Amino acid sequence: MSHPQLPVVEPEAEAGHDPGRRALLQATAAGAAIASLSACGVDVEAFFRKHFRELSPEELKRTIAKIEADEKQRFGKAVHVGTQGPMPGVFFGYGLDLSRCIGCRRCVYACVKENNQSRADPQIQWIRVLQMDKEHGVDLSHAEIYYEPETVPQPDKFYFPVQCQQCRDPPCVKTCPTQATWKEPDGIVVIDYDWCIGCRCCMAACPYGARHFNLATPTLPAEELNPEQHYLGNRPRPKGVVEKCTFCIQRTRQGRYTACVEVCPVGARKFGNLLDPESEIRKVMETKRVFVFKEELATHPQFYYFYAT
Amino acid sequence: MTGILEFLKGCGRQVTTGNRTYFAWLAALGTLIAIGVVAFVHQARVGLIATNMRDQVSWAFYIGNFTFLVGVAAAAVLLVIPAYIYHWGPIKEVVLLGELLAISALAMCLLFIMADMGRPDRLLHMMPGIGTPNWPRSLLTWDALVLNVYLALNLVVVVYILFQAYNGREARKAILVPLVLLSIPVSISTHTVTAFLYNGMAARPFWNASILAPRFLASAFCSGPAVMIVLFQILRKTARIPIQDEAIWKVAELMSYAMFINLFLLGAEVFKEFYSATQDTMHSQYLWFGLRHHAALVPYAWASLAASTIAFLLFLVPKTRQNWITLNLGCLLIWAGVYIEKGMGLVIPGMTPDTLGEIYEYRPTITEWAIALGVFGVGFLIFTILVKISVPILVGTFKTSGAPAAH
Repeated sequence: MSHPQLPVVEPEAEAGHDPGRRALLQATAAGAAIASLSACGVDVEAFFRKHFRELSPEELKRTIAKIEADEKQRFGKAVHVGTQGPMPGVFFGYGLDLSRCIGCRRCVYACVKENNQSRADPQIQWIRVLQMDKEHGVDLSHAEIYYEPETVPQPDKFYFPVQCQQCRDPPCVKTCPTQATWKEPDGIVVIDYDWCIGCRCCMAACPYGARHFNLATPTLPAEELNPEQHYLGNRPRPKGVVEKCTFCIQRTRQGRYTACVEVCPVGARKFGNLLDPESEIRKVMETKRVFVFKEELATHPQFYYFYAT
Repeated sequence: MTGILEFLKGCGRQVTTGNRTYFAWLAALGTLIAIGVVAFVHQARVGLIATNMRDQVSWAFYIGNFTFLVGVAAAAVLLVIPAYIYHWGPIKEVVLLGELLAISALAMCLLFIMADMGRPDRLLHMMPGIGTPNWPRSLLTWDALVLNVYLALNLVVVVYILFQAYNGREARKAILVPLVLLSIPVSISTHTVTAFLYNGMAARPFWNASILAPRFLASAFCSGPAVMIVLFQILRKTARIPIQDEAIWKVAELMSYAMFINLFLLGAEVFKEFYSATQDTMHSQYLWFGLRHHAALVPYAWASLAASTIAFLLFLVPKTRQNWITLNLGCLLIWAGVYIEKGMGLVIPGMTPDTLGEIYEYRPTITEWAIALGVFGVGFLIFTILVKISVPILVGTFKTSGAPAAH
């Protein structure tokens, strides 16, 4: 059961700027504890890894190198784990045209692939498409997630995709006991997968079912692994932590579209910078009438629904 | 130093001596714990997929048990209030036993939380200094704070009373009374904060009701004393602690008032839910009548209501609360009623249907049952050992060899 990847240098021992914390950790960690942890198959380096926002540039570099090496060993291919921060003057917004969506779920599967979600046991999908009755309108008590007709769209149905709404006042962030999830300056709500304790308060708090839990180690075929990753985004998650849509942080912070926007065959999905008056999303908001989901909860989403026709 | 050694040896002797029933009890608890350990190792290996919790119902059996036991812990100490008001003789004994029960219940609470966490290895991320607690915003950090303060307070009081008694001295009122008085608001706050953990979630209308915290307290005032009543009867037979019949009957009477308040608050809630009949009523609908052909909780909901109502009547009528058979039956019914109400009956309907209207019908797996049995095994074992050591100290049969003569 011994772990093959015991680090030569224990990074915590070198962190010079926080002696009190270091001493405490060393005291609790010493000798027997480390031995028993590694004997149980626990990754000692990951156990002592700090919160993402507390890592010094030097520690971050070492951590990334370790994560990339671990992934290479697990999946047999080289990956790149980025940490690109928010771009100044950017605040993302998303628009979803309900009159266009045909319920084909291509967005669901493009998202699964792009973001390295667990394929089965548990099957995790960040986007959930609800099939609703035209005669009831938007009504969750008549919504169906597991619809399987021969063809879509069905004549008497319409489709209502839901994913993380990147709330301006996110109830999930408020409830997290360890600050493992937070809102970035560009509006993306992210999770540090190495800091999450798996208490699932955030899942109870989220009104949109947007947070998903790794009940087991994610099943992720090596040939389907997306090697272009972000620390706070689509890098493979460990067992026992929560994950969610990050507006494809690994793409959008490089000026690209999200995978769901790119794949949508009917152009129902719009994305852009809310601070740029010329952006697609701003055009939508000026020319169409938008609404947000569950506005009565005052979460103030950055995700807008609209009917273009 | 030799004193401590002598004390520990004495403790060992207390714990390892007893009649056949005592050892059979220990063996039964040991079996439960072993079952729990095997199940927990399995869950730790494969992950929480060993449970039937899913994204739709992301908290369930473990958290339900936790919530119920916070109530037991809180209310055991609240017995101190009537003990003072009605001048029961053995008030020190009542305080001590209440605190021992609280300690055992809190140990079970912490174990259920550990069992529920996806990453129990990262628990310290919540600790100030080592981790980054999201205090004061996150209610779970508040809950961890009050539960640990309450646990510490109980330990201090228990150790102090026992230390004094062991050395043949009376506990000093100037030290004891402020500590016990402090533990009353702390015990109330543990249960209130636990209620707020649910109450604060606007996404879950079933929990997002102001009546939740008062209902938590009312039902806790039933479940905690129910254990104490049974315990008092056992201890006055086996350990010669002089607890009067009248004191036990008084507790039962007070429990009937608490149960009346609990049932009244429930009625207020049921009225609001079903008369207004909004979309949010789905959750109560699921609990009491079933929703879209899903009705797993319905028999339990009604059984709980029946048990609570019968217990209320048994404890209200003087004749039945002074009859030992109906009194103990009432205690059992209250435990069953509150266990369902504050456990599965609270957690599951809050998450069924889920926030997108999906119904996932949750039932615990064998692993969840086994871990829960193990946790209860540990809790009862802690309680048994604590009582086994404390009672002889209290009655003066277990004391230091250097102690002054009994007064």
